[in-house]
Amino acid sequence: MLDSHAQTDRIAEILEAHRGLEGPLLPILHAIQEAFGYIPEGAIPQIAAALMLSKAEVHGVVSFYHDFREKPAGRHVLKLCRAEACQTVGADDVADRIKKALGIDWHETTPDGRVTLEPVFCLGLCACGPAAMVDGRLVGRVDEGVVAEVAK
Amino acid sequence: MKVFVPLDSAAVALGADKIAEAIVAQGAALGFSVEVVRNGSRGMVWLEPLVEVVTDKGRVGFGPMTLADVPGLFGDLSAHPKALGLVEELPWMKGQTRLTFARVGVIDPLSLEDYRAHGGLVGLERAKGMTKAQIVAEVTESGLRGRGGAGFPTGIKWKTVSEAPGDQKYIVCNADEGDSATFADRMLMEGDPYTLIEGMAIAGLACGATKGYVYIRSEYPVAIRVMEAAVLVARQVGLLGPQFDMEIRVGAGAYVCGEETSLLNSLEGKRGVVRAKPPLPALQGFMGRPTVVNNVISLASVPVIMAKGAAYYKDFGLGRSRGTIPLQIAGNVKYGGLCEVAFGLTLGQIVNEIGGGTASGRPVKAVQVGGPLGAWFPVSLFDTPFGYEEFGAKEGLIGHAGLTIADDTTDMLAMARFAMEFCAIESCGKCTPCRVGAVRGVETLDRLARGDASAIPLITDLCNTMKSGSLCALGGFTPYPVMSALTHFPDDFARAKEAAE
Repeated sequence: MLDSHAQTDRIAEILEAHRGLEGPLLPILHAIQEAFGYIPEGAIPQIAAALMLSKAEVHGVVSFYHDFREKPAGRHVLKLCRAEACQTVGADDVADRIKKALGIDWHETTPDGRVTLEPVFCLGLCACGPAAMVDGRLVGRVDEGVVAEVAK
Repeated sequence: MKVFVPLDSAAVALGADKIAEAIVAQGAALGFSVEVVRNGSRGMVWLEPLVEVVTDKGRVGFGPMTLADVPGLFGDLSAHPKALGLVEELPWMKGQTRLTFARVGVIDPLSLEDYRAHGGLVGLERAKGMTKAQIVAEVTESGLRGRGGAGFPTGIKWKTVSEAPGDQKYIVCNADEGDSATFADRMLMEGDPYTLIEGMAIAGLACGATKGYVYIRSEYPVAIRVMEAAVLVARQVGLLGPQFDMEIRVGAGAYVCGEETSLLNSLEGKRGVVRAKPPLPALQGFMGRPTVVNNVISLASVPVIMAKGAAYYKDFGLGRSRGTIPLQIAGNVKYGGLCEVAFGLTLGQIVNEIGGGTASGRPVKAVQVGGPLGAWFPVSLFDTPFGYEEFGAKEGLIGHAGLTIADDTTDMLAMARFAMEFCAIESCGKCTPCRVGAVRGVETLDRLARGDASAIPLITDLCNTMKSGSLCALGGFTPYPVMSALTHFPDDFARAKEAAE
């Protein structure tokens, strides 16, 4: 974990790297989340000042989009598709079994901080569902066996 | 020895990366000189990972490949248990009219030499010798309509932007392909990124725009990577530059950003909230400037139209739906994938003849056409020809041409409830019919599920309000899956009542 000075410096670098872009806020937020794993609260006033926005405006953007986290995720992030095409090949049942195996519901993290479970609406793998994304890696025809991949 | 192993997301999700590694390792161990090209997908997802080996007769396919099948690629190919024969000769490939997807799966996606050798850049070269009005007229004449779902004539949109006053105009590509059962945009960007770049450059010429953006959803990491790499190459060789340049931007998981005004707000760094129209984005779009917002497939269809002429493209199709459409056949289906055909096949031909029916082997119950905002079609409507107006006449839409096939175990009341739930989760919150209506819709359908038949007129009324009162297609079209389920599958809604009694 970075201390607050290091965090401020890193965010300043990110802000500098995005100068001159038209509509830079989403690229900035993606870069901050890439660097820290989430959008630290302290980043909001810093971004707001750099872009001449209010803190409320920046917060409003962060909270609008499903991708941006306001606190760190577990060591692994398991995303399961809930959309129609995956439902027709049993995605709901697979999700129920995975939730049971992990002992958590959607948007929750296991108490040991190991796995965060998130729904996703379509990964574009609709002809080989149910689809999942494990730490950014795509998986087709997923079943509860995927739990073993996030065991450590 | 030259081998093709797809880098396409679907192939990768089914193990293509490991197959590619194993082929390289096995080749090295046996002393073969192996060149592995990571191509796009041919669209036959049930055969992925589909490996192709170049032979003197042509490209021979093997699939679906497992690691155990890799050593066999270095022996007698005709005896390989996964041998499929020449890929171009497979019925799925032969039955298609690949215009927009002509190169996808065929070429190395990032090789400009491959792109040129397969007809790339011919359209752009021709456009460079034409006036803005001539390019716009050619696209209008082709009959190309927005492939994102709305079906608005692409040439008319371009004309508005081309003739709008303004010293800075933009071409924005909507690659926020969030509809379930759709993956044509993804496959095109992964398999033939220069086609999209060329299409956008032509749009730039036609409209006097010097800057383009591709807004790709974050759920598509492979497409983002390929497009970013392609833009760098295009810039190095001067295909992109001061005359027209573009950037790749990444969404952040909001479905509603596939709606064009919401996308523009997101691109500007704002909440992805829908804007009221007018003003049209064509006149006041990105940063308040004249902007073309087109879907990936619309823009990627322009190079072939410019290369071969409007008449050639227009010759395919039916009624007011001209040209070809990349069907995406998905869900519970035996042969799922992408199949580009001229408009006009019936739904039944698509589902049963191309798709081969369900994967489960059970009877087809319903097919949702056009994503989560599209209607569920029962088997009794399988004679509907695939076209914008034809589906509209049956209280449905073709949307982005994705089809979700569901077998007879599917509970249509549950699917209707899901449509409302999805709308509630993804509503941007700007207009009341969508924001509140979707929540009330879930509650009302839950009442129905508990056996309260008095909720039927209520859900019908609510759907009418959402349909006519919402600002955009999210609230406005969510009634399609709900009402089609209720209309065509009343038993699923009555069964709950019987259970309650």
